Amino acid sequence: LRRAAHVVVPLVVVGLLALVPRLSLDIPFVFGGALDSPGTLGLLALCLVFAGVALTYDLLFGYTGLLSFGHALYFAIGVYVMAIALTKWELPLWQALALTAAVGIVVPLVLGSISLRVSGIAFAMVTLAFAQAGQVLVQKNPDQLTGGEEGLGLNYEALPDFFVGVLNAKYLFWLALGYAALVFVVVRLAVASSPGHVLQAIRENERRVEVIGLRPFGFKLMAFVLASFLATLGGVVWLIVLGTGASPQVTTASFTLTLLVMVVIGGAGTRYGALLGGFLYTLLDQRLGALAGSTEVQGLPNVIRTPLSEPLFILGTLFILLVFFVPGGLASLGRRLRLLRRHAGLEGAP
Amino acid sequence: LSTFVLLTITGLGLGAMYFLIASGLSLIYGLMGVLNFAHGAFLTVGAYATWWTSTHVGGGPGTKLLVGALAGVAVGAAVAALVELVLIRPLYRRPVEQVLVTVGLALVLNALVEAIWGFDARPFPVPSWLIDTTTIFGANIPNDRFLEIGVAAAVLVGLTAFLRYTRYGLIIRAGVENRAMVTALGIDVRRAFTLVFALGGVAAALAGILSGVYYGVVDPGRGTSLLIFAFIVVVIGGFGSIGGTAVAAVVVGLIQQYANYYASSGLGDLAVVLLLAIVLLLRPEGLSPKVAH
Repeated sequence: LRRAAHVVVPLVVVGLLALVPRLSLDIPFVFGGALDSPGTLGLLALCLVFAGVALTYDLLFGYTGLLSFGHALYFAIGVYVMAIALTKWELPLWQALALTAAVGIVVPLVLGSISLRVSGIAFAMVTLAFAQAGQVLVQKNPDQLTGGEEGLGLNYEALPDFFVGVLNAKYLFWLALGYAALVFVVVRLAVASSPGHVLQAIRENERRVEVIGLRPFGFKLMAFVLASFLATLGGVVWLIVLGTGASPQVTTASFTLTLLVMVVIGGAGTRYGALLGGFLYTLLDQRLGALAGSTEVQGLPNVIRTPLSEPLFILGTLFILLVFFVPGGLASLGRRLRLLRRHAGLEGAP
Repeated sequence: LSTFVLLTITGLGLGAMYFLIASGLSLIYGLMGVLNFAHGAFLTVGAYATWWTSTHVGGGPGTKLLVGALAGVAVGAAVAALVELVLIRPLYRRPVEQVLVTVGLALVLNALVEAIWGFDARPFPVPSWLIDTTTIFGANIPNDRFLEIGVAAAVLVGLTAFLRYTRYGLIIRAGVENRAMVTALGIDVRRAFTLVFALGGVAAALAGILSGVYYGVVDPGRGTSLLIFAFIVVVIGGFGSIGGTAVAAVVVGLIQQYANYYASSGLGDLAVVLLLAIVLLLRPEGLSPKVAH
């Protein structure tokens, strides 16, 4: 029964989510419009993309214990290679996809095998440096390819018709949902496989894995390439969902830190936690700005209103509080509540 | 030659700023094992405190800068010490959580600065004698470069003397080498933690003020962009080593200037990244061993 639940629950969740574009519910405060309105669907699609990308980071950080500060690079590869292939080189969609996928495997393979030669903080710094190099490259705008600071517009004519336009928001939503579900399935299979067990063993005690006679390097590289490739796919989906083009924002170190924050909020080393963290973070980030402009907040005195107008202030504070008081993230809340209830039950018993 | 001299001195000025940020980072990491992501925010807060104070006092730009700088340094030290006491100390022995808290703090402080003063760059009070140039070997060098180099050199000498000749310096050096042993000897290392954070805050605030003089403006993103290069400097210099950090800062500043000019603009950053990768792969512990000299 337990096993069945492991398959059925995710299927039901995905099934229910897939129905969202058919619902015309209005949820006040949380969303600006009805659930099936294009604006809300677009926002939800964005949340789902980041839920997936957060999970790819969790595969590195939460499951394998690799603290990378350069995950943004691989997301940015998806965004920029795809945008350049479609807009600048005018490749057909499938060729652009194939090219992006190839780059999305080769680059992490090369950079991963270099940076995994060191571990701990040194690894974090090398990945940060490589990502920084990527950011410099985008800023430098070689051959006018990346558009530098301005970003690069997307040639939407190269996309299939049903992904273009406000009225087709539901297809974008389904695309994002499909991406999040794909990452979930892949990460679950990867973690449950025997190399996946080695990854978690590496997180717990790398020396011991070596003593057993396994070489951690290969396993770590595998996790690095898989997580990076999935993040590259996420970049492609993000580009299509947003539909406007590539922006240099996705190459920055702050973007990687955002992913880290998402994973920790949700709960590192858990699939649902990372998904939830990515989803909630994006939702709050997008909606808190709108709430800050609402009349209720405008009426508050300046001292309270000014910080509230910055979504990052609230998210950062929330993050610090979670690190202090709920170390396992949101995913551990359920377990904590159950424990609490059991304690209460025991005390209540005669 | 004149271009070369200009590039060298500008590179040294840049290296001076990197050193100021990196020295605090390096000591904090060496002693406590905490990679302080909020260090860039200390810099931003210090620079903004300087700017804010300077707009509220009278006098010429020189007075404004001096009074502002005093306030900026005080605020930097206070914020850093407060952060250590309130946020870092309760998480003692949980280094991952400590790093995460500094990440969150960096977000919060930056967001706060943006909320209060906006995204726009603010003009910094720069006295005219700092903008004037001095001619050395035919090169016209803006005087602020000398200020940056001078302040960094003073901090280097002061920090080294502090670490070498005072009791607290001794405790910090011993703590970097073996924290458990120092604790076992009955010395409360945690007081040294607060002190190191405050020192780091002072150095970061100084870097923020000097960067304000160097660029002529202060903006919310400055801390983050300088912080990344400071990280690179810390890693190349070897964690916990002030001398190594100083050498690495100068090397990084010079390489950046030379490559940007002689190769092509933007290449300097790439060259620095390449240098980091090479150093880490050849000597994972950095240029110098982990001892605070």
